[in-house]
Amino acid sequence: MSDILSVKELRKSYGKTVAVDGISFGISRNEIVGLLGPNGAGKTTTINMLLGVLEPDAGTIHIEGIDLRSSRSQAISRTNFTAVYTPLPGNLTLKENLMIFGRLYGLKDVPERVDEVIRQFDLYAFRDKKCGVLSSGEQTRTGLAKAMLNRPHLLLLDEPTASLDPATAREVRAEIREFVIQGKGAVLWTSHNMYEVEDVCDRVLFLSRGRILLEGNPKTLPSEHGKKTLEELFIKVAREPLTLGVF
Amino acid sequence: MSFYRTFAIMLRQFYLIRGSFARVFPLFAWAGVDMVLWGFLTKYLNTFVSPGFNFVPALLGAVLLWDFFIRIMQGVTMAFFEDVWSHNFINIFATPLLISEYVAGLVLSSIATSVVGLAVMLFIAVLFFKLSFFVYGLMAIPFILVLFLFGISIGVFGSALVLHFGPASEWFIWPIPALISPFAGVLYPIATLPQWMQFISRLMPPAYVFEGLRAIVLGREIQGITLVWSGCLAMVYIVLAYWFFVRIYKNALRTGLLVRYSAESLS
Repeated sequence: MSDILSVKELRKSYGKTVAVDGISFGISRNEIVGLLGPNGAGKTTTINMLLGVLEPDAGTIHIEGIDLRSSRSQAISRTNFTAVYTPLPGNLTLKENLMIFGRLYGLKDVPERVDEVIRQFDLYAFRDKKCGVLSSGEQTRTGLAKAMLNRPHLLLLDEPTASLDPATAREVRAEIREFVIQGKGAVLWTSHNMYEVEDVCDRVLFLSRGRILLEGNPKTLPSEHGKKTLEELFIKVAREPLTLGVF
Repeated sequence: MSFYRTFAIMLRQFYLIRGSFARVFPLFAWAGVDMVLWGFLTKYLNTFVSPGFNFVPALLGAVLLWDFFIRIMQGVTMAFFEDVWSHNFINIFATPLLISEYVAGLVLSSIATSVVGLAVMLFIAVLFFKLSFFVYGLMAIPFILVLFLFGISIGVFGSALVLHFGPASEWFIWPIPALISPFAGVLYPIATLPQWMQFISRLMPPAYVFEGLRAIVLGREIQGITLVWSGCLAMVYIVLAYWFFVRIYKNALRTGLLVRYSAESLS
């Protein structure tokens, strides 16, 4: 049962270009779902619609049963996100940014919670530094700290480990897994790192040309389609979506 | 509507200002320079007029009030531009923040920053050029209120234009007060203007303020109803400006402009 996120017949076009073509999927509590696909497949468009910053042409989004269109603020308060293309304002310090976003997400214990996530993501040494001077890895961890501030029930991560070194990326993956295991949350995760997806995700959705082509367990999906690895399957989906019989 | 989230927008502005001389300086510098310049000009003009008439409340007072209007308007747009400059729209609008809370946050930020400018202007005008607000009496309150409301409406309208046309269009916004000023009659009576300009002036709330201000200085009776009318006009402009902002925002959500804002247009 998809008790955290339920997406039905979601569609978005830009002029004649169909970015997302009537996709439906759900995410259950304590589940990490990977949203995979080549560049331009519709992953970011989908995430933007889930964040309420892009209005779908058709379809519905329910977050914990709350309709995003009619009760946007209430639904969004249960989510958070981080993406490589949306760094926090570089002219504010790490702590100032978190203090502001803590209030925007309606936290009551902002200073305490900010301190907690700063320590959780090993950012204490940078708390009074302007975000603009942080390294890309530190900025990524700052984005993750912001994403965890409100203890979201639905966490949307658009390539969250793209700028991290392997050791930090592993720590971050462990943090997110822990967040899912311990809490009430679920995660929608996009990544081009197939090793990471296989390691972290319980289920993957392969998106191409705005449609979901494949769905399943990342560990068994490649062999089900005659491929040895998830990366091989990804390349097949990216290059030859027609062979999968969807288009 | 949550004041807590509105406060977050104001807090952001506070954090930015306290850490930046480049943001603190314009809050009072240009308004202060204006007071000095017009202060000396009024002193000079007073040497030509017959005893009893004083240019200070007529000109310096008008310039002070007009600068206050500009500070209010720019207070709203500057707070908005901070999100434009830091590419922060997705971060901000992907939170539970309502658009009404966001606009209210811009307005509160503007009030906080404008008070600084107003205080500096009053300090210079009162201390060095003997401007007395007692000349205007209680009418000073509606004067300031009308200019405040109109400044908010123009600030919100300008922000909506930049949201629609992209970051480069901020240069449309800076000259707006200069475009309005000939019709507002800051320095001269509206009757000086040609008929078609007078017609536009009647739609400008500041025109009633400056006509009223001159009436008081010249010892004429001020018609309260005209000030009530200008207050109502300013309120209508606020409603229209907010409606326009919401419409532009919804359009940006629908077309994808909000998430691809740095592209400046969708073509």
